[in-house]
Amino acid sequence: MASNWFKFAAPASFYPLAGRLIPMFWILAGICLLAGLYWGFFQTPDQLGGSNAQKEYYRIIFIHVPAAWMSMWLYVVMVGWAAIGLVFNTRLSFMMANAVAPTGAIFTFLALWTGAFWGRPSWGTYWDWDPRLTTELILFFMYVGYIALHSAIDDTRRADRAAALLAIVGLVMVPLIFWSVNCPDPNQCAALHQRSNLTQIEGNILFSMLAVTFGFWMYSFATTLMRLRSIILTREADNTWVQELLAKGSRA
Amino acid sequence: MLRVFWCVLLRDLTLAMRRRTDVLTTLFFFIIVVSLFPLGVGTERQILQILGPGVVWVAALLASMLALERLFAADYEDGTLEQMVLTAQPLSLLVLAKITAHWLLTGLPLVLIAPLVGMQYHLSDDAILMMMVALLLGTPVLSLIGAIGAALTLGLRGGGILLSLLILPLYIPVLVYGAGAVTASGIDMADTRPYLALLGAFLVAALTFAPLASSAALKISIE
Repeated sequence: MASNWFKFAAPASFYPLAGRLIPMFWILAGICLLAGLYWGFFQTPDQLGGSNAQKEYYRIIFIHVPAAWMSMWLYVVMVGWAAIGLVFNTRLSFMMANAVAPTGAIFTFLALWTGAFWGRPSWGTYWDWDPRLTTELILFFMYVGYIALHSAIDDTRRADRAAALLAIVGLVMVPLIFWSVNCPDPNQCAALHQRSNLTQIEGNILFSMLAVTFGFWMYSFATTLMRLRSIILTREADNTWVQELLAKGSRA
Repeated sequence: MLRVFWCVLLRDLTLAMRRRTDVLTTLFFFIIVVSLFPLGVGTERQILQILGPGVVWVAALLASMLALERLFAADYEDGTLEQMVLTAQPLSLLVLAKITAHWLLTGLPLVLIAPLVGMQYHLSDDAILMMMVALLLGTPVLSLIGAIGAALTLGLRGGGILLSLLILPLYIPVLVYGAGAVTASGIDMADTRPYLALLGAFLVAALTFAPLASSAALKISIE
């Protein structure tokens, strides 16, 4: 079957496809988030005793860790689309990068916010200048910078390319953020944040975390595509297919 | 190749020497900001010694950023920049020459004035020496990274504020390790080597990639 995937690189043909995909992603997001959070809240063991004693509040992990993962991944996704846009000069990939940015910023904020509420009972402080916290804050600033630069330039073409370049330059920070916790030699970088190691997590907790992460991915797809659809409509407003679509919509 | 580099470098330096106030403004901004902190937090010797390295670095960051706006702006307004983009010479080389001139005019004076500032903060001789070395390695990185931001925000309304939003997050590693080197020198000079090695690595990486990124950004801004 030789289907032409590049067909969907055109905003006009991607717009209806996105429209069909969005409800699917919403449903998947709902199922995963409900399942993950239910399992996380009711089916995971308490961490009251032992060497790693934490009370019920450790359940923030089911939001906090997936949100932190998403914050980094979405930046990489955004840079990926931006790079494709710069290389192949495709309109849709710039729009995609644009649509990803706010979702990424929200997840970064969510990770910082839930982290603060976790830090209060476990470290006794909402904020500490721990490397992981600081680099995550920098990531948030980079999302804000991308959005700010894009909205400061009136010429869409220049805005797309300039913001894309900025995003690519900012990519150097992502490994820093990642290794600020999983640093190869723990003696070299002391941090309050505990090292993350997926193999040492209790099965139920890992399952809930992964389910929520998958739900967040689906949520990101859904919101990104919704934002993408409105960006397409705004930018292609002068094209005939948009005019026809609007005419059809008003008649219905 | 080298002749082109020299040509642009000397041109920028000559232009700056014709308008000396621009250069001096940055330097005095640095000195004033550094002098304000003891007035704000108190003049106790111990506090100042702890605060010194960080304050000097933050002031250097701000001073370097203040001057960045002018890096390409004048050439952009009178059309010189467009001609530079059109020449057969590699744009990144021309950009590197302009960045070098910018550093000689704004970064190097900060390195030279550092001992004076160090005395204000009662830093030891070792710490002052280390501050000069760290600034010598770090300020070129600031100019190089900053040039990317300056090229991206060329001719935009509110470009200066936007520039700080884009560039300051990228400056943070230099700030951390630059100030870290000076603080570590207060304990043992041998401890400062990793900091200097990292600053050197930043410098090499920035020298390699920043001219390319800034010339790409200039092409985007000019087209």
